[in-house]
Amino acid sequence: MTAGQDCGLGDWTTAVLGDRGGVRSVLTAPVGVLSRAGEQVDPLADDVVRLAADLVATMRVSPGCVGLAAPQVGVGARVFAVDVTGHPKTLTSHGTFVLCNAEVVEASRWRLGREGCMSVPDLTGDVKRASRVVVQAVLPGTGAAVRLVTDGFEARALQHEIDHCLGRLFLDRVAGAHAVYQRKVYL
Amino acid sequence: MSELAITVIGPDRPGIVADVAEALAEVGANLTDSTMTRLRGHFAMTLICVGPSGPEAEAALAPVVADGPLVATVRQVGAEATSTPIGEPYLMSVHGADRLGIVSALTRVLAETGGNLTDLTTRLSGPLYVLLAEVELPPGTAEGLAERLAEAAARLDVEVTLRRADSDML
Repeated sequence: MTAGQDCGLGDWTTAVLGDRGGVRSVLTAPVGVLSRAGEQVDPLADDVVRLAADLVATMRVSPGCVGLAAPQVGVGARVFAVDVTGHPKTLTSHGTFVLCNAEVVEASRWRLGREGCMSVPDLTGDVKRASRVVVQAVLPGTGAAVRLVTDGFEARALQHEIDHCLGRLFLDRVAGAHAVYQRKVYL
Repeated sequence: MSELAITVIGPDRPGIVADVAEALAEVGANLTDSTMTRLRGHFAMTLICVGPSGPEAEAALAPVVADGPLVATVRQVGAEATSTPIGEPYLMSVHGADRLGIVSALTRVLAETGGNLTDLTTRLSGPLYVLLAEVELPPGTAEGLAERLAEAAARLDVEVTLRRADSDML
């Protein structure tokens, strides 16, 4: 495999997580868990698999939500779900997936873009993110190592969620004193 | 040429900028730098202009503020203060539960380091207080400042990040 090659999710789907998952409540800032780095997790542990299923279930019932990280449901763990399928800004998409212990290993093509967050419900902000990233992680339920190469909106979503797992909000990265806005559109 | 510093503030409604700008244009005021924004439902204008004398500008604005809730101030100021950048541009983000003294405590830490604030906004969104500041720092002070900001932020139970501002921002 070359350095920039996407190894994809293999045969992983959310079915690996077993049950359908429960909807958890999403916390909003200010709350401590959103500002603390999450712990590394064992991707095969029952509670991690359950958490993964719950993140997917909660993301699915939240209008406009393209990603949700464990700290947002009150769990200080490095686990998050992403699904940018069908979003107008999406280029590459890997569908619905959950990553554990993810880290960005390559980042390039930095672009400013507007983003919001369910945990900061009334504000949006302009944040500079890489529009091409390589992310390494392990998958919940199987423990398989993955290396995802993606771009555009999915790359932005991955960086936003990985930030959550490190205790960072988009507010910590906005581009200037006037780069935060009152949200005008609620989905 | 002397400059005037003018502020106008009052409950937001359509037409405040048009009314004020028109009144000033009629006395030959050329607006130079300005910020005009809505702050919790109040519309606030701060601007520098050149042209009229202070009394002329006050007289021009009198009808605009006469029967309404707008408040205007006009002050003659010296020529543009030359401010050369003292160092490197940084951005500070602060967020946490609203409480008294966040701005004062953190800006005091910046000032004690010799940092010069060039732009600052705050926003209260429900219980969440957000402060964003652009600051020029003397060379070599950022690391020590970040530590002192973190200590001050911990006492206030808020989160703070200090990072180099992009100078190549689009």
